[in-house]
Amino acid sequence: MQKIENITGRGVPLFLDDIDTDRIIPARYLRCVTFEGLGAHAFEDDRKQDPRHPFDDPRFQGGHILIAGRNFGCGSSREHAPQALMRWGIQAVVAESFAEIFFGNCTSLGIPCVIASRSDLQKLADAVAANPAMPVTVDLMKNEVRAGDLQVSCSMPDSARSSLTTGQWDFLGQLLDGAADIKKSAGKIPYLNHFKV
Amino acid sequence: MTDRRNLFNKVWDLHTVRTLPSGQTQIFIGWHLIHEVTSPQAFEMLRDRKLKVMYPERTIATVDHIVPTDNQARPFADALAEQMMSAIEKNCREFGIPLFNINDVRQGIVHVVGPEQGLTQPGITLVCGDSHTSTHGAFGNISLGIGTSQVAHVLATQTLAMTKPKVRRILVHGELRQGVYAKDVTLHVIRRLGVQGGVGYAYEYAGDVFDHMSMEERMTVCNMSIEGGARCGYVNPDDTTVEYLRGRPMAPKGDEFEKAAKWWKSIASTPYAAFDDEVVIDGMQIEPTVTWGINPGQSIGVSERIPSISSFPKTEQKGAQEALEFMGLHENQPITDVKIDVAFIGSCTNSRISDLREAAKVVKGRKVAPGVRTLVVPGSQLVRKQAMEEGLDQIFREAGFDWREAGCSMCLAMNPDKLVGREICASSSNRNFKGRQGSPTGRTLLMSPAMVAAAAINGRVTDVREMIGKN
Repeated sequence: MQKIENITGRGVPLFLDDIDTDRIIPARYLRCVTFEGLGAHAFEDDRKQDPRHPFDDPRFQGGHILIAGRNFGCGSSREHAPQALMRWGIQAVVAESFAEIFFGNCTSLGIPCVIASRSDLQKLADAVAANPAMPVTVDLMKNEVRAGDLQVSCSMPDSARSSLTTGQWDFLGQLLDGAADIKKSAGKIPYLNHFKV
Repeated sequence: MTDRRNLFNKVWDLHTVRTLPSGQTQIFIGWHLIHEVTSPQAFEMLRDRKLKVMYPERTIATVDHIVPTDNQARPFADALAEQMMSAIEKNCREFGIPLFNINDVRQGIVHVVGPEQGLTQPGITLVCGDSHTSTHGAFGNISLGIGTSQVAHVLATQTLAMTKPKVRRILVHGELRQGVYAKDVTLHVIRRLGVQGGVGYAYEYAGDVFDHMSMEERMTVCNMSIEGGARCGYVNPDDTTVEYLRGRPMAPKGDEFEKAAKWWKSIASTPYAAFDDEVVIDGMQIEPTVTWGINPGQSIGVSERIPSISSFPKTEQKGAQEALEFMGLHENQPITDVKIDVAFIGSCTNSRISDLREAAKVVKGRKVAPGVRTLVVPGSQLVRKQAMEEGLDQIFREAGFDWREAGCSMCLAMNPDKLVGREICASSSNRNFKGRQGSPTGRTLLMSPAMVAAAAINGRVTDVREMIGKN
């Protein structure tokens, strides 16, 4: 897989806490058998109720780096949520914290989710709002996010970070490589062996 | 040496296949449950890579999210829902996976079906492309919600790449007061620890309150672990667990059952078990609890008033303000002032027979308030059948409730059951997110099924304790 060491693009500030995946993609759009076309519906209900939503704001169109608050992606496990964000154009998310299923889904799709402090996120969101055309870089090698003169540190759990930076985020391939070990493991689990082991 | 491992760590070690190049652990998955919403793309991933399902006999499918609860004749009126039904039928047929389809009495909400069939057992690992998979932890196991890519991983390899979480023990001591249910306990825990409080953790629920709970009550608590941010939640297996499983269709039989029971109990956390964190809560302090906001942590006891914005830490004031604006509620308003338009009893949190019985006790001999739309949606066809044998459907119908077929229904409104406009719904479900119940501006108040019943009768949020034992 492609090594993902850094991502650069315009920022999209959405500095709110506890954004759940129902808000990212309302459940009615889960009535589908492919992920195609989900990008158009990202945050659809929020956008309808807030004409100034950053996903509709002309200044942030074409943005790749989403700047969010605490507990981003909480709630439903729907992979449709990161799929919708990705298909809208988001390639990385910087937030104060992430819900874990959402984080795992993003990593499987090659979307880095990095954590920054609340005060740094505020600075980033302000900087992007003041100068929307400014490129923002999420640098996984240096654990930092840069935007113009601003440079803030960020972090990510090591296993997720290294799988992205070394191009080993095809987890299916890695799991398949363990086929022999899988069968061996099954042999030692009591409930798979009539409780005789 | 004393084994200081808690249940989570014992089950984790037992299922560890190897360490992956990324540093994550490859974990064997004992049972994989699938449904129509999060699986079609996973099967496509398998087809793209020309892979088979490694253990089709360790996978069970059912349909729940999109099934209509009134007219279930095929093809469904909703062409998109029909397309998803056809997809899961085709995928299960082609990959050799058993399907509890709509014409099968075993069909129902995936998290009701697993325990009901005796598939969900202590000591196992269980996953499903659904965040409320944490429900199954009630039996003392590792049960995780996963995304669609991971569904493909488990189909193809029966394993998952995981980072081991920490384990927090949540001790709730004492006993619950009358009118306080498992739902109130879980809402209280989330209120105390926050919707993000569990990130990085698995929750072990321990103490008198959980020891005395039935399996169905434990399921309600574990179900909402995810709403508190935890990766999963569990209760240690005990005699209650063993007796619940005895005689279930997919539980071991005869001598094997006795061996199983011995093993199940042996994996419980002992008094020597170590935890990364511990929280202690007094069960006597828990009131019937109701949410007032747009996440499950924004809740109060039914006798309390909605908190003032200034009572929140600075960083949370914006969120509280947003919640009140969306809900159309006010600071310092008593929650019992809030009128409701809809009452929904159902969902993987609270749609089991004991939930319906408790709600029916409140409803019996009373009438739904004029203008309130009401829905009772049993969690499975077997729950529905049992309820009808007990005459619960009659109690609900006579009061004016709509009695429906099994499914997820208005918990997330992927089927035709939806809120309309700004309707306010008293709901026994698990999420009060903006737009969750099908209308972008619809509003949800989470509470126990008995509290939903009380709200339906009075047309506003009501302390169910005023109604218990008086009919």
